[in-house]
Amino acid sequence: MLKINNLRASVEGTEILKGLTLEVKPGEVHAIMGPNGSGKSTLASVLAGNEDYEITGGTALLDGKDLLDLEVEERAGEGLFLAFQYPVEIPGVSNINFLRAALNDIRTYRGQEPVSASDFLKLVKEKSALVELDGKLANRSVNEGFSGGEKKRNEVFQMAMLEPKLAVLDETDSGLDIDALKIVAQGVNAMRSPKRSFVVITHYQRLLDYIVPDYVHVLVDGRIVKTGTKELALELEAKGYDWIKEELTA
Amino acid sequence: MEVISAVDQKKQAFTEALNEACAHPLAPAPLLADARALVNALPVPTTRTEAWKYTRVNRIINHPLQRNEGTEDPAAYMLTLADAKAARVVLVNGRFRADLSTLPNTSGVRVQSLEDALSAGLAQSIGSLSNQQNDFFEAVNLAYAESGVFIHVAKGTIVESPVYILHLTDGTQTAAISRSVIEVEERSALNVIFHSASPAGCTGFNSHVAECFVQRNARLEIDKIQDEDGAVYQHATEWVAQARDSRFDIRTVTLRGTWVRNNLNIRVNGENCSTNLFGTYMPNQKELVDNHTMVDHRVPHCESNETYKGFLNDQATGVFNGKVFVRQDAQKTNAYQQNSNIVLTDEAVMNAKPELEIYADDVKCSHGSTTGQIDDEALFYLRARGLKAQTARQLLVEAFVGEIINEIADAKVRDYCIGRLHERAGA
Repeated sequence: MLKINNLRASVEGTEILKGLTLEVKPGEVHAIMGPNGSGKSTLASVLAGNEDYEITGGTALLDGKDLLDLEVEERAGEGLFLAFQYPVEIPGVSNINFLRAALNDIRTYRGQEPVSASDFLKLVKEKSALVELDGKLANRSVNEGFSGGEKKRNEVFQMAMLEPKLAVLDETDSGLDIDALKIVAQGVNAMRSPKRSFVVITHYQRLLDYIVPDYVHVLVDGRIVKTGTKELALELEAKGYDWIKEELTA
Repeated sequence: MEVISAVDQKKQAFTEALNEACAHPLAPAPLLADARALVNALPVPTTRTEAWKYTRVNRIINHPLQRNEGTEDPAAYMLTLADAKAARVVLVNGRFRADLSTLPNTSGVRVQSLEDALSAGLAQSIGSLSNQQNDFFEAVNLAYAESGVFIHVAKGTIVESPVYILHLTDGTQTAAISRSVIEVEERSALNVIFHSASPAGCTGFNSHVAECFVQRNARLEIDKIQDEDGAVYQHATEWVAQARDSRFDIRTVTLRGTWVRNNLNIRVNGENCSTNLFGTYMPNQKELVDNHTMVDHRVPHCESNETYKGFLNDQATGVFNGKVFVRQDAQKTNAYQQNSNIVLTDEAVMNAKPELEIYADDVKCSHGSTTGQIDDEALFYLRARGLKAQTARQLLVEAFVGEIINEIADAKVRDYCIGRLHERAGA
């Protein structure tokens, strides 16, 4: 599904990703962990097409198509979804209206008919229940006045609405209390399928108790330096990252 | 031999043409004589004049105007209102057209041509609020307006349906000069919709001065919808005097126009008044929209709210100058002003100047002014969800000024403006 090969990216002349390689097969959940500044969020931003980052090398193929050659919205059309670490508040733009426009732009990109108003509302009802998102929030301006937990639930709600092939969750657990974390994880788990893959970027092992990964990767200094199973996350939680850095220099 | 400068020569040609084009001014004799003298005495403003620093008037003065009857059918330009019982007044090239108007027949509200009202001894307040003494274009208006609208709402009359007034400008180098006097007596309420329109290819000068008197505990709301095609220069002035416990609201919505100058002047004369000024503009190509506003707080315990928001495309120019005076006696004034702009291109220019002059020491006044681009983060967020860049930009721009459009009282007028906004934001 996703094949990242030797990806290099920099911001304002400083190289952050220094040859990152990662393969995610259909249906798999990959967790990416790592110390602050290791490049986790950069990876998410680069995949989604944030223009603040300069790509200096490598490829990121989604089902054979290089995402790096596509516009931001074309990547969404190809089936990529990024759940933002800091969802943006957009006053005056209705959550629901924008989502309908987005869904229809994606459908047009894929050569599908736009969704009817009644089908869309049915979908909203079904998917908002998934993350226990109050119907009133769905009708408000995008993220405006939402609490931290509501913003993250809104991200997962949007993901459920857009049904991506590959979802990248960028520190979706940050700022969540345990109840909100469970709801968000429940929403993600409900979407797991043999055809859909997840890249879960997180700082803490806690999230992985609820979204159980197939693989855990450790990102240090712009490269994946260690790969393991969910037990690796527990080890990291207990011992921190220093031992990995020591292994590297040894 | 007298030497006349090139500037004076142009002014002379301009006024001589108006003498012919507008040969039957409505101003009563003594006022008219004063106005004529003032037109002669006052200089044509230039960009060296502070109030005209960013707005050139040469193209108005340099091309003499003429009288045109107009060939367009005004019915094609009239807005549909949600309120079917609204009175409908039509002015073509500044002249009141009773044959095309539907006037209200409810008791307590009188709508007629200003010239008829003056002949009947009404509208005697004409010229008492406007500033022809100092403003060249207001002097021109008083000296040459032949027609206009008079509205009088009797004490204790709540006028349920709005009074819709279409100003259609049509023809080539058309002089469309008119005035209005609006008197809202004690405990009364009125909503007026001023709509200016003109066809593609039309050129000329549309000048309008409204003098509005809002008496004790009365309410006046104005929706001012400016939507002129062609190359009409529009100079529109409202003077408002508010008596105690009154409320005045205006929404100035400039949908298009080659050159638009709005002067909005509020004198808050009585205590416990509320004044709400909203404005939006969305010029593109080489259009210019200039909003000058002035709220004069003269007495204590009043509040004013002012929000102007606009976006500028292509090589358009915007001007916002918002003056708020809080005089020494106007303690406990609560005045708020905000002007926010989005500049969509490198060539569009916004000139924003908030001006607060506060002479009282126990007041709450705030102002803010921002001019910037579309929020990149919001744009990225929307695009990452699959929205086309174009659609995302349109959504953000519409959301930005939507706050103002949503204030428009009549739902269908609001929808009309949203439709125009859609076109402008999508371009």
